[in-house]
Amino acid sequence: MSDQQVEKYYVPDQSPWPFVGAVALFLIAVGAGNFVIETTKGTEGYGGITLIVGLLTLFVMLFGWFRDQINESMSGMHGVQLGRSYRQGMSWFIFSEVMFFAAFFGALFYARNIAMPWLGGDSNNAMTHEVLWPGFEAVWPLVTTPGGTTTEAMGWGGLPLYNTIILLVSSVTCHFAHVGLEEGNRKKLIVFLGVTILLGCGFLVLQVEEYIHAYREMGLMLTSGTYGSTFFMLTGFHGLHVTLGTLLLIIMFLRILKGHFTPKNQFAFMAASWYWHFVDVVWVGLFMFVYIL
Amino acid sequence: MSSVAEEVHHDDDHHDHHHTPGIKRWLYTTNHKDIGTLYLWFAFIMFLVGGAMAMVIRAELFQPGMQIVEPNFFNQMTTVHGLVMVFGAVMPAFTGLANWMVPMMIGAPDMALPRMNNWSFWILPFAFLILLSSLFLEGGGPNFGWTFYAPLSTTFSNDSTALFVFSVHIMGASSIMGAINVIVTIMNMRAPGMTYMKMPMFVWTWFITAFLLIAVMPVLAGAVTMVLTDKFFGTSFFNAAGGGDPVMFQHIFWFFGHPEVYIMILPAFGIISHIVPAFARKPLFGYASMVYATASIALLSFIVWAHHMFTTGMPVVAELFFMIATMLISVPTGVKVFNWVATMWRGAMTFEVPMLFALAFIVLFTIGGLSGLMLAITPVDFQYHDTYFVVAHFHYVLVTGAIFSIMAAAYYWLPKWTGKMFDIKLAQWHFWCSLISVNLLFFPMHFVGLAGMPRRIPDYALQFADFNKWISLGGFAFGLSQLIFLALLIKACRKKGDSVPARVWEGAEGLEWEVPSPAPYHTFETPPVIK
Repeated sequence: MSDQQVEKYYVPDQSPWPFVGAVALFLIAVGAGNFVIETTKGTEGYGGITLIVGLLTLFVMLFGWFRDQINESMSGMHGVQLGRSYRQGMSWFIFSEVMFFAAFFGALFYARNIAMPWLGGDSNNAMTHEVLWPGFEAVWPLVTTPGGTTTEAMGWGGLPLYNTIILLVSSVTCHFAHVGLEEGNRKKLIVFLGVTILLGCGFLVLQVEEYIHAYREMGLMLTSGTYGSTFFMLTGFHGLHVTLGTLLLIIMFLRILKGHFTPKNQFAFMAASWYWHFVDVVWVGLFMFVYIL
Repeated sequence: MSSVAEEVHHDDDHHDHHHTPGIKRWLYTTNHKDIGTLYLWFAFIMFLVGGAMAMVIRAELFQPGMQIVEPNFFNQMTTVHGLVMVFGAVMPAFTGLANWMVPMMIGAPDMALPRMNNWSFWILPFAFLILLSSLFLEGGGPNFGWTFYAPLSTTFSNDSTALFVFSVHIMGASSIMGAINVIVTIMNMRAPGMTYMKMPMFVWTWFITAFLLIAVMPVLAGAVTMVLTDKFFGTSFFNAAGGGDPVMFQHIFWFFGHPEVYIMILPAFGIISHIVPAFARKPLFGYASMVYATASIALLSFIVWAHHMFTTGMPVVAELFFMIATMLISVPTGVKVFNWVATMWRGAMTFEVPMLFALAFIVLFTIGGLSGLMLAITPVDFQYHDTYFVVAHFHYVLVTGAIFSIMAAAYYWLPKWTGKMFDIKLAQWHFWCSLISVNLLFFPMHFVGLAGMPRRIPDYALQFADFNKWISLGGFAFGLSQLIFLALLIKACRKKGDSVPARVWEGAEGLEWEVPSPAPYHTFETPPVIK
């Protein structure tokens, strides 16, 4: 806390963007809610369009907010203390993301290690098994549900393995890019960050491919019992986070081309790279528990 | 402290630290006091809205038989009453108090991330607009209880569930951002010399609360997401035919839900730990043990969730574990209650309105805590589960606990916020009316609950009629009593009353009492030094 003593407190000016952001989230929530109802019930409505308007508003808000923020940061208005606030804020945000994934991992473990064996008559549930689904066999991956839906299990070789390698390598290249920034080596920074972004895009392309394969050839779908539910929800939310992480890295790339960031002033880049490492770690967990085990 | 009152001018008017007039002040604000005020007013309005729903419930239950509303509408009332009170009243009120008080208490100019602060507030009115407007849709709003158990919320719910899910999503986003802001403010913005173990208790309790919020609100987001996909997209998380389990919903929900309970009571503990010393004119007894007790309660809150689910057919080993873990919580909670009592021991006590609420809190919260201990005993819970005994328990800890602490806090700090003393006569009327009516409202619920009256049912057997009549009368009286509070608050906001000095209460300690009343728009421009 020593450097704080010489520093005067910085309080940012009023800004319209947070309120715009609240309106955007309102439109997104109303739009998404109605969109879900309309698409699944086949009714007509304004859900989709509201959702799109909301997303556009959110995009405008993020653009405006970050533009103001970058301008303030580049003109040196942000001090050491604020930088520390940003870093701590980002760390806690990532922790909240970890807990979000924990909910779905928890669902996977529960479905697999408790719900499924109980349906098969384990613990004190012999009669449940006997009366409800006597033919059900409790084996994971759950390719035949108690209700009789069948599917195929996704192996860990092939696409998932390639994707694991891609993400692990991208974590390393992202780190090298950061080292490049710390050293003031612009070329190293640009090359390694570019490679990281390409690897991220490659991951997403392969994942789309994997989904198409699962739906078309394996009959593995969101509706294929708990195996399909946990598979698609975990990999899907992870994919969403990879998309977001890639977008963040692309924005960092553009900022670096404009000459932003110095070894001392690089919070945004650091936050994006932390986020990237986080999605990699989640993937390692996914690969272990969804694919291999 | 000379720097406190001093105006610090910046080089250009771009940095004007005074607010713009009109509506833009409130929409675009980055000021922790403005945002705190917004939170508090929002919470109070939601308290009245949720209270109106409680009035509908009590009107229907005034007599046995179906009187006023349809069962489906009754279910919507119990559901939305719970959601509004938890997410719209209690949590925003505490966040509002944190916004107002934490920066002042730690000697900071503002919250660490003031713009995000504004974002997290303004999400809330919109989220509740969605939730409340869904009541007017065809088929009605959410009617599955605030706990939205599957399959009630999946197989048997109406279409507006999608809107419920997304409104909870954005409420969660608001809570997480608010909590990140509080935790970062406390970690990073403390004035030089304000070490962790010198922090005021309200700051400590909020620090731990913020951690709980960040840890469990995302789990709630996961739970509502699974409800959404189970209902609309054919996933099988909570569907046994697909290999899932409705009980899994309860596990995920209560993994969020139990820490949530402490999110709504830990800041209350902090408030009481300020008010009792101030009016007993003695320092808080056992400060360090208070901090450790708060942390222990928070940690234990992660391993007790299944005590809400004793009757779901868990293995006996699990029931035993969750029973014992739950009973452990009474140890740190007891530490707190005994510390408050020890603080008052041989103190020079006076009974101003904040102290009245704080004393009522200590007694009545303890009653709620003891009925909680009864509910924690697994075999006994088999009888109490889903009866009015549970309703009595959580209303004692939430209304006479959380809400009373919020009112105590409001009376304690209101003169600091407005610079004027509130109308003491009205405040005393508010206290005594609330105290008597709230006990008439909730105490008999213990009896009807023990006798087997189930919760969330619009009708009941004849033998419960007498008690329910009194409960309803108590409910209406408690509802009306809050209008006294409304009148008092309007008066206070119009700055009626006598001016107060910086140290409003003779025995009050802390940085917030060193600055003038009302506190300047930006309390500290440069950090004060803590000795």
